[in-house]
Amino acid sequence: MRRLSWDRIVSILLILPSILAIAIFVYGFIAWTGWVSLSNWDGLRPDLSWAGFVNYAKLFANPRFQIDIRNTVVFTTLFLATCIFLGMGLAIVLDQGIRGENFFRSLFLFPMAISFIVTGVTWRWLLAPGDPATGRLTGINVLLDAVGLPMSKWYTDPTVFHIQPTTGLGQLLQQIGLGFLTTPNFGIPIAMISIVIAATWQMSGYVMAMYLAGLRGIPEELREAALVDGASEWGVYRHIVFPLLRPVTLSVIIVLGHISLKIFDLVAAMSKKGPGFATDVPAYFMFETTFQGDHYSQGASIAIFLLVTVSLLVIPYLVYSTRREAEI
Amino acid sequence: MRERQNWLLRRSSRIGFYLVLLAASAFYLLPVYVLVVTSLKPYAEANLAGMWRIPSAPSLESFLRAFEQLRPHFLNSLYLTIPATILSSLLGSLNGYVLSKWRFRGSEVLFPIMLFGMFIPYQSILIPLVQVLQRVNAWAAAAGIPPSLQWLVPGYGSIAGLAFVHIVYGIPITTLIFRNYYATVPNELVEAAKIDGANIFKVYRWVLFPISMPAFAVVMIWQFTSIWNEFLFAVILTQNPAIRPVTVALYNLAGSYIVEWNVQMAGALLAAMPTLLVYIFLGRFFMRGLLAGALKG
Repeated sequence: MRRLSWDRIVSILLILPSILAIAIFVYGFIAWTGWVSLSNWDGLRPDLSWAGFVNYAKLFANPRFQIDIRNTVVFTTLFLATCIFLGMGLAIVLDQGIRGENFFRSLFLFPMAISFIVTGVTWRWLLAPGDPATGRLTGINVLLDAVGLPMSKWYTDPTVFHIQPTTGLGQLLQQIGLGFLTTPNFGIPIAMISIVIAATWQMSGYVMAMYLAGLRGIPEELREAALVDGASEWGVYRHIVFPLLRPVTLSVIIVLGHISLKIFDLVAAMSKKGPGFATDVPAYFMFETTFQGDHYSQGASIAIFLLVTVSLLVIPYLVYSTRREAEI
Repeated sequence: MRERQNWLLRRSSRIGFYLVLLAASAFYLLPVYVLVVTSLKPYAEANLAGMWRIPSAPSLESFLRAFEQLRPHFLNSLYLTIPATILSSLLGSLNGYVLSKWRFRGSEVLFPIMLFGMFIPYQSILIPLVQVLQRVNAWAAAAGIPPSLQWLVPGYGSIAGLAFVHIVYGIPITTLIFRNYYATVPNELVEAAKIDGANIFKVYRWVLFPISMPAFAVVMIWQFTSIWNEFLFAVILTQNPAIRPVTVALYNLAGSYIVEWNVQMAGALLAAMPTLLVYIFLGRFFMRGLLAGALKG
């Protein structure tokens, strides 16, 4: 009996350093950052005097930050949609008893092993509109030009697709008091599509792997039974496979969603803030504001904003996973 | 007739599947092709419209120039990644052992609270992190650490400091993978060892550790890849150019307009090489780590 309790004490001592590390470096530091975001610290010298919510008020009034929110929404939506479409599609195709399945699977997944910096540097070159030194065409544009397709300025394009106030729809929106929807802040920055392409290149294989694992988890008897009952191939997917893949889609949305909300490396390596902040994101804005501009309290408020958005996505998922595990 | 139609349909959909896979392969291989082809070319050739063509006279000149610039940073990355990977795997293994075989009251609540640490945007802890690591330097200076041992101080602007940060923020994922792995080990084995008089360390050393190799493989490959590829901590915590890891060096190399595309591409390929080799030879374990990251045990 005495030995057992001794082991118990040792077990606590073993895990204590990690608990303390997480308590300090995650939760303590978050609280500290929260405090900085409510302070007057602006410049190299720390100044933790109370400022209240001024930094947040300034942040939400900042046009650059408003653009960043638009960019994050656009990026997250497009990135998730293309990754889920491509990942699920490739997984379904690979699940058809394809010869060379292992080869294709490894090929689609290898970008996950590479740094976002490498991906960014490479795609920056592939999607470069032209060589700044010579003005000549570069990258994908060379191919587009060769086959006669229109070329794009990619991540250097300042255009924002939005509903024009002069069009019929624009006028209608203005009349019913939704005129703000016709501003560029509710549009799609063309430059962001380049970042979506690079991010999809890197992450869609991962989505494919998750769906493939999900497909392999569906018992073969279930599909066969449905086919015997006279369901068509498509019917089997519609009524059996897709509903059973829903938990996978949830995981994909959480994992990709939190990565996309805090995306930094790829944007920094590829285009930075872009023309007219067309590819700027909160994480990059935070980096510039804090570590290049020394506006610490302002930077901290962006960091807390990022944390809150990621938490809104992740905390319900963590609670749900833990509960489900407890039930099993 | 019907059967023949079915056969035709099957046949054509099979061809369709392979066409889809080939198109997708082209998309994933496009940057690889460009990286390899461009880095084998001299600048004049890399810069013209013919850059999609295979180099007329392949040369390793770009690689040599890129390697010249990246070599010290490549070494920094190794000095950072290898110790951090080993230490964080051991720590994760012990944590996973305690959380699966020595559960205590509240450990079920504690675990998701720890896990949250792997999802946070690190921007939300960077400001205090820099402050604390700078203070560690000041304490070390005040404590009179001899210069020969200063590289061991986990402070701001040192490889040891960066490694320490990676170990701390690696706790959630390493603990998760080991905990889920040890959960599949029957408790009876542990109980039997305890009845035979083994204490907590002996149970770990003789029961759990010998069968931990698959989990160690997954965790070490995961940590090696993430730490090697990491950028945010690296760029913030290494103001001193001499200790920058390879991702930061590549970022700076690519940011300068003086450095030609062919050298940048060769540099990107060099920076990606270690993790790519790990993926090619140990991809199985890498995949398991990826799926564990989605909390699916």
